[in-house]
Amino acid sequence: MSEWVNLHALWQILVAGLICGAGLPTIFVLGLRALAMPAGERAAAQDSDRLVGGSRVGVVLAGLCFAVVTAGIVWGIYFIVAGT
Amino acid sequence: MLLVLVVVMALAFDFTNGFHDTGNAMATSIATGALSPRAAVAVSGTLNLIGAFLSLSVAATIASGLVNTHFVTLTVVAAGLAGGLAWNLVTWFFGIPSSSSQSLIGGVIGATLAAAGQQAVNWQGLVSKVLIPAAFAPVIAGAIAVVGTVLLYRVSRSVPPRARGHGFRIGQIGSAAMVSLAHGTNDAQKTMGIITLALVANGSLAAGSQAPTWVIVSCAVAISLGTYVGGWRVIRTLGKGLIDIEPPQGMAAQSSSAAAILLSTHFGYALSTTHVSAGSIIGTGVGRRGATVRWRVAGRMVSAWLFTLPVSGCIGALSYALAAGIGGLAGVLVLFAIVVAGSTALYLRSRRTAVHPGNVNAEWEGVLASDEDRDQPDAVAA
Repeated sequence: MSEWVNLHALWQILVAGLICGAGLPTIFVLGLRALAMPAGERAAAQDSDRLVGGSRVGVVLAGLCFAVVTAGIVWGIYFIVAGT
Repeated sequence: MLLVLVVVMALAFDFTNGFHDTGNAMATSIATGALSPRAAVAVSGTLNLIGAFLSLSVAATIASGLVNTHFVTLTVVAAGLAGGLAWNLVTWFFGIPSSSSQSLIGGVIGATLAAAGQQAVNWQGLVSKVLIPAAFAPVIAGAIAVVGTVLLYRVSRSVPPRARGHGFRIGQIGSAAMVSLAHGTNDAQKTMGIITLALVANGSLAAGSQAPTWVIVSCAVAISLGTYVGGWRVIRTLGKGLIDIEPPQGMAAQSSSAAAILLSTHFGYALSTTHVSAGSIIGTGVGRRGATVRWRVAGRMVSAWLFTLPVSGCIGALSYALAAGIGGLAGVLVLFAIVVAGSTALYLRSRRTAVHPGNVNAEWEGVLASDEDRDQPDAVAA
């Protein structure tokens, strides 16, 4: 059986795929959420539909998230260029 | 002269590979409006071009693990390409997403079988390197897409609408771009490998050589032109026919596809981008509560997948029988003429139910993209 199907490799693809293919987009959206965090209670009460809420912590967190996503993309491109 | 015919057929196949697979990267972005149809094919075409040039190590790998290359003559290659071309064009006509890789493999195997008998084919390689991965590919991609979709909807619930819309648009474009890049790298290589194989069979190149620059350039241009022309019928099926899609789903589907394609290549399996993309799209339909999945359309597509290898194999075998029967250059010329005539006829027939940037996003009816009657120009909204 094992010479016909490399279950181990397929399993690895699934797990790594979940991390990269589902995990990275989730981190991206978490970044969006952090970015939109409002600056304080008064700003939150205004309920504005802005791209960037004022919160400084939010911007930093968002930056972190986007950095992780970018790293993932760069790895992907590096891998494409480097071949198998 | 024989070599020239084979190279032309190979580039034609590359071109059909291009337009067959545009949808794999761009269908979801076109369907959700993240990119306009023309912008999408322009981006995808450009990235396929870049990707094709990025593929640094090219070998005749399409054939080497599957057939004994001793038996591969120029006529075999021509017949194999005819098989691949035929299946690609027929599935395009019906708007069915189909694996160009598998149709090429089928054609070459069929032609080799006809030329040299079954001992020339590595059956175990076929099963373990092509068939079994192909069975797993859509399932794995689908699973990743289900998880991704659930997560994305959950996490984005509290993001304000404008940020959400803007963010998912960027996410969709980015993930679709990755798929286009990966596709250019993987798929242009197939044709480069076939042309290199033909050159070796012809004696113009030593066995095991790298692909000459003109081969790389011509294949890169052919596949990116095909991508730019855009297989609108297939794009329509992927973007509108399988599920009704929203931006988060688009991003989840393309991310899942990109991850699956890149990771499987990393582990040494060249998965079909079509199987992966379709699996992701269906997965993303399953992942969103209340989303419709048109299982009839999906079923029709999977049946086509099951038929790919056998049918392209038969066409490859028949093509070989025809070309070898007539013999020599004349045989391949006749084959070439038949392929040209058949393609032209199919193309003209397709004009009756034409799909183009203006109607690719219209409401879906029927089971196949060729079902919908487009004789009345204002029957569908743009």
